[in-house]
Amino acid sequence: MEATLERGNVLEQPPENLEGVPAWFNESRQAGWKRFLELAMPTRRDEEWRFARLKQLDFEGVHLPDPEPPAGHRGAAGLEKRAARFGFINDTLNESEVNLPEGVICLPLDQALAEHGELVAEHFMKSESTLGSAKFTALHQAHLSTGMFIYVPDNVQVADPIEVFHWLSGDHIITFPHTLVVTGRNAQVSVVDYFQSDSTARNAWAIAVNDLVAGPGSQLNYLVLQDLCDQARMIQVNTTTVARDATAKSFILNVGTAWARQESLSRMEGENAHSDMISVSIARDAQEYDQRTFQHHVSPRSYSDLLYKNTLYDESRTVFSGLIQVDEGAHFTDAYQTCRNLMMSETAEANSMPGLEINADQVKCSHGSTAAMIDDEEIFYLRARGIKSQIARQLVAQGFSVEAITRLRNEALEEIVLSFSAREFSRISERVVT
Amino acid sequence: MSSEAVLDTGTQEAIDIDRSKGDFSYPESHKFDAGVGLSPATVDYICDVKNDPDWVREFRHKALKTFESKPMPTHWATKDLENIDFDVIRYYLSDGTKPTRSWDEVPDDIKETFERLGIPQQERAFLAGVEAQYDSEAAYSNVKEELEKDGVIFVNSTEGLKEHEEIFRPWFGKVIPTGDNKFSALNSAVFSGGSFIYVPKGLKVRHPLQAYFRINSENFGQFERTLIICDEGSELTYMEGCTAPKFETTTLHSAVVELVAMKDAKLQYITVQNWSSNVFNLVTKRGIAHENAEVRWIDCNIGSRLTMKYPGVVMKGRKARGEVISIALANSGQHQDTGAKMIHAADETTSNVVSKSISVGEGRSTYRGQVHIPKHLKGCRNNTECDALLINSSSRTDTYPAITVRGNQHATQHEASVSQVSAEMLFYMQQRGLSEGAAMSLAVNGFVNDLVREFPMEYSVELKRLIELEMEGSVG
Repeated sequence: MEATLERGNVLEQPPENLEGVPAWFNESRQAGWKRFLELAMPTRRDEEWRFARLKQLDFEGVHLPDPEPPAGHRGAAGLEKRAARFGFINDTLNESEVNLPEGVICLPLDQALAEHGELVAEHFMKSESTLGSAKFTALHQAHLSTGMFIYVPDNVQVADPIEVFHWLSGDHIITFPHTLVVTGRNAQVSVVDYFQSDSTARNAWAIAVNDLVAGPGSQLNYLVLQDLCDQARMIQVNTTTVARDATAKSFILNVGTAWARQESLSRMEGENAHSDMISVSIARDAQEYDQRTFQHHVSPRSYSDLLYKNTLYDESRTVFSGLIQVDEGAHFTDAYQTCRNLMMSETAEANSMPGLEINADQVKCSHGSTAAMIDDEEIFYLRARGIKSQIARQLVAQGFSVEAITRLRNEALEEIVLSFSAREFSRISERVVT
Repeated sequence: MSSEAVLDTGTQEAIDIDRSKGDFSYPESHKFDAGVGLSPATVDYICDVKNDPDWVREFRHKALKTFESKPMPTHWATKDLENIDFDVIRYYLSDGTKPTRSWDEVPDDIKETFERLGIPQQERAFLAGVEAQYDSEAAYSNVKEELEKDGVIFVNSTEGLKEHEEIFRPWFGKVIPTGDNKFSALNSAVFSGGSFIYVPKGLKVRHPLQAYFRINSENFGQFERTLIICDEGSELTYMEGCTAPKFETTTLHSAVVELVAMKDAKLQYITVQNWSSNVFNLVTKRGIAHENAEVRWIDCNIGSRLTMKYPGVVMKGRKARGEVISIALANSGQHQDTGAKMIHAADETTSNVVSKSISVGEGRSTYRGQVHIPKHLKGCRNNTECDALLINSSSRTDTYPAITVRGNQHATQHEASVSQVSAEMLFYMQQRGLSEGAAMSLAVNGFVNDLVREFPMEYSVELKRLIELEMEGSVG
């Protein structure tokens, strides 16, 4: 496997063929490598990288990890009730636990390729990366060796969430987490991806791709809890396709990394398709979250709603660039997009570029973007009730995030997100006091 | 009611603007003509004819180099820009007549042009002054005596840079540097015409000053350059309107307008743009507002093939205010790419952007905005609202704002919406006896009405002609 290779820089190391996978997968890896070499690094002139800090794209000395011996569970405690749990350390499987209804395929990608090669091929990396990170998506494709493949057949409902833990360990390593979720007709599933690391993951990278394919009438929930250490960096490219009558809900929580770039594309491909895109980012110190979204309405009578909420402390910085595109003929589209920034320091910076491209008739579209500090009156109100101003500020900031979190409309999922965000808020609050 | 029913021919006519009033041209008799194409020789030719001072000649040559070195901004802008052939454009053309002062001295055919443009006789007396531009040079220039007595300078830019260098030069090219973009560099190299206005301290000019621009030679780009300076505590409203005769080949219009509002000054710049639908209208407009000053751009874009115009305000002094109010109407074959740029550079500055666009047929309207609030400032506020109305199923609208906020002492909000004229609304009006076309016209009017009211009384005549009456008039 990859890891037996010398520790060359990942950008200069062509992939070798893997054993035990279908031939097309090795071809895909080579094709990814070819494309990676063809594409240029982003420059300041690229509109998709406007406001981005390109110096963050530092791959100096970054190499593929050594194989980690499987050990016990690492990362957050996770959910009490779960349908399955998988854990990876540096892209090597180290734990699995399955309690799934019959017919559901939930396997590490290498195993899925061996056992269900054709099914994987049907959905594997079918969408082009259009929001700026095509080069890094190609690198992911070239070096991808495992990940998760989840397939829920027609009319099967998985009641409890499936948890996947991605753990990073070691400096200058790079991982390529991959999650592919496919739901059949009227199926239902929730998947939670955890991205965490120990503090050795300095200058470590995760270039993740997650593709969600929501079949007709199905319901697909997908959560990303990004809690990597402050010296790691991450690029995440998400593509969601939503078929007729299906509902896809994706949620991203950012509390970690030095820099995260997240590109989320949602395509409404059938009538009455419904997509919710929610994100909560709590940025502090010099953290940067750079999020690009695309709500693509291909079919008429579809619905999408995006809510991104950023709370910015210290010198942190966020970029939000969102576009709603309504194709010709996609009449009666309802599409909404809101980005709200809560500025908690005098030196934080929020950039937002909410965009609309409408080519159809009878559409209802709106976008809104705001940036403001906490209202003095809100603090006054809480202080009048005996709450210290430090705590009052924390409470208001927390309340600001909660509005987005409750959109999950699932108690267990809300709870797990809240546990991460509350920990982050109290960490920030305590730090300010001392 | 289906959307198709709304789009019968009557409606099409109702929402189409009658441009035939601008569809005429007079024989060309240009004594000065720089020929086609752009080279250092063209720039020298313009300098010689205009008898430019040396510093202007140097400025133009430097600008030409900048223009040549800058790429087309097609990485974010429309590819339609690539259709501009800079080698077939005439960069300078003048009928050689000196700017005239009295109405009697204006050549008859030019008078007729203005007549047909519809500057009403009675309005002329009412207006404070008219600086009318025919081709590159001002052919008519009249500032009411009382304004002259008050010390207002209202001349064309050539006269401004020669006769009033001490006021003109310190600000010329300072608000919009040559290298700001490719087209500001082009303008800096070949500019001619345009106005220079200086309003002295404390003077509030009661009546709006007005200028009409026209393009009247085939393949002839018009590169006017306007600089307006309002000294401390003064007030001015300036109005600019454009109509152009229709030609078969593409024409380029690339103006640069710089506004300077000193402490406590108020400056309002109003534009109604109705170039014919083969004109590329690529304009750079920006104002600087000093302490407690206000700069307002009121912008109405109805004509042209492609308009790219993002009026900006740099709020340089404490409590400065900036505002952009814009209306755009894009019909088939047109792309109105407009917006606003608000640069907050001092504490407690406020800016407001309200943009409304209407896309008809295959027309495309785009809003691009930039709001920038840097670090270490306090109490800055921005409000941005963009509303788009789509009339037909093939109409198109885009919105691309960019907002940067640093620090927690500010508040910004941006909202945009896209909608149609609702079937219920039309049904309601038809039920009360209005024809479908009239109902549509009324609905469109209602959509822009709160912005139209922002235009001063004197100008509402022009604006009404362009949006309201023309629409209603053709509904039978």
